[in-house]
Amino acid sequence: MSELTALTLAEARDGLKKKSFSAAELTAAHLAAIEQARALNAYVLETPEQAADMAKASDARLAKGEGGPLEGLPIAIKDMFCTQDVRSTACSHILGEFTPPYESTVSGNLWRDGAVMLGKTNCDEFAMGSSNETSYFGPVISPWRRRGSNTPLTPGGSSGGAATAVAANLCLAATGTDTGGSIRQPAAFTGTVGIKPTYGRCSRWGIIAFASSLDQAGPFARTVRDAAILLRSMAGPDAKDTTCVDMPVPDYEVAVGKSVKGLRIGIPKEYRVDGMPAEIDELWQKGQEWLKAAGAELVEVSLPHTKLALPAYYIVAPAEASSNLARYDGVRYGLRVEGRDITGMYEATRAAGFGKEVRRRVMIGTYVLSAGYYDAYYLRAQKVRTLIKRDFEQAFASGIHAMLTPATPSAAFGLGEKGGDPVEMYLNDVFTVTVNMAGLPGISVPAGLDAQGLPLGLQLIGRPFDEETLFSLGEVIEQAAGRFTPDRWW
Amino acid sequence: MSVDAATVRRIAHLARIAVADDEVEHLQGELNAILAWVEQLQAVDVTGVEPMTSVTPMKMKMRQDEVNDGGKPADIVKNAPLSDDNFFLVPKVVE
Repeated sequence: MSELTALTLAEARDGLKKKSFSAAELTAAHLAAIEQARALNAYVLETPEQAADMAKASDARLAKGEGGPLEGLPIAIKDMFCTQDVRSTACSHILGEFTPPYESTVSGNLWRDGAVMLGKTNCDEFAMGSSNETSYFGPVISPWRRRGSNTPLTPGGSSGGAATAVAANLCLAATGTDTGGSIRQPAAFTGTVGIKPTYGRCSRWGIIAFASSLDQAGPFARTVRDAAILLRSMAGPDAKDTTCVDMPVPDYEVAVGKSVKGLRIGIPKEYRVDGMPAEIDELWQKGQEWLKAAGAELVEVSLPHTKLALPAYYIVAPAEASSNLARYDGVRYGLRVEGRDITGMYEATRAAGFGKEVRRRVMIGTYVLSAGYYDAYYLRAQKVRTLIKRDFEQAFASGIHAMLTPATPSAAFGLGEKGGDPVEMYLNDVFTVTVNMAGLPGISVPAGLDAQGLPLGLQLIGRPFDEETLFSLGEVIEQAAGRFTPDRWW
Repeated sequence: MSVDAATVRRIAHLARIAVADDEVEHLQGELNAILAWVEQLQAVDVTGVEPMTSVTPMKMKMRQDEVNDGGKPADIVKNAPLSDDNFFLVPKVVE
């Protein structure tokens, strides 16, 4: 029944409605595919029994002609989401076997709409990374390989497990989180669609916190339409998150296929960075031609503070992380390593529980918030953030509907290739991080393959709460570029 | 700005992360590389710029100040490494 796993979310939804197959069959096909793909390390926890139970309940509802918009559709959940009675660790040793007695709002919204949970996907520890190599459970192996090579590649990060599970047909769609590019970069590396919605569109309640003013949940899918379907269920008001907006959620699927004629698309000139590979530039040109052919108007725009976004991010995000991660003290949950006194216990627990990248960021964050340095670093970074946001506001105020940029500065790299210099790894997020700093929506859509046969993505950046325009434009790119599927080797 | 070995130890203590003596030098190098890279922000003119404190302009939601959850101590301590009679256990802090 391998063909069931190759369906899009929309096709599977329609097939269930027509009773071409049951939710139980659809789920069983995915569980079998997951079992055969353990070499990819995409899932850190499989939940086959729960999946079978949920599928059975979905079949009962479907038989009565009932069921929600995602009824019976098997979905994977990033391990950053707390799932009731199912181990949730953010792929960190410090959370140990933490099993929440509550459900995150976003995952709860999916179950409310009938989705079936297949398991929890691998990610960088606390979502801090761009290659999935900081996970306590080990790296995810991308389903993609360079032509004629067996070198294991990264699927990107931090949502590498989610991207891999979607690209390798180990789920119909998946949830991710994006703090600096953690949805859009892995989507670009794996030939999948990933959208980070506007800050406040999805509730952050029950998502293990990294940097609260930047974190946002979003979907991974194999098509723009599927991403639209999943986001509609994930998003929505939540009284438990005061930063989650009280705005109704539009039917995003309606925007897929809508004409983009007359839309003004900004091409930010600062994204033409030094040393950008010719392939990336060509892809960007191609994207512009596709949008133009569909009736959109291209306008060069300037976002002068672009190059400051990444360094400002590496002050703001670690600062917020150092505060959020203070809760891991060996008392209430997770790992505990005894010390000579209570401080010794805290220090030993956190030394043993945090990986190197997390420790580095917590220490940077602690430093930039410490007395005497707060103004020079943190306050200044928050002011720079205002300037970055203002750049976008001015461009949008001049009549721009969305912007088109590359999603990443390169295709996927090999595991271990960027181990030495943390800053080199951080540069992966150069095109995506501005969007988090400004709180805007951004979507990555597969747009082509590089000379070695690896996927490349284009990013569309939208006005606040205008995800619909991104879905319309994304569909134009998908129709022009086609879809990209890895050859199965696992 | 750069940090010396003593500052690395101080930051580690503030962050409550034990750092072994043989890790200090390496950490110092890494932290200084990151600090040197973010140094470019010092060149930006931020005169008169307000720091960004809210991502989306919105009014803080208000609710009645009343208990709307609770009464489940067993759930609360369920994941604790050490607990007794619905209390978290910590090393002795008062002599």
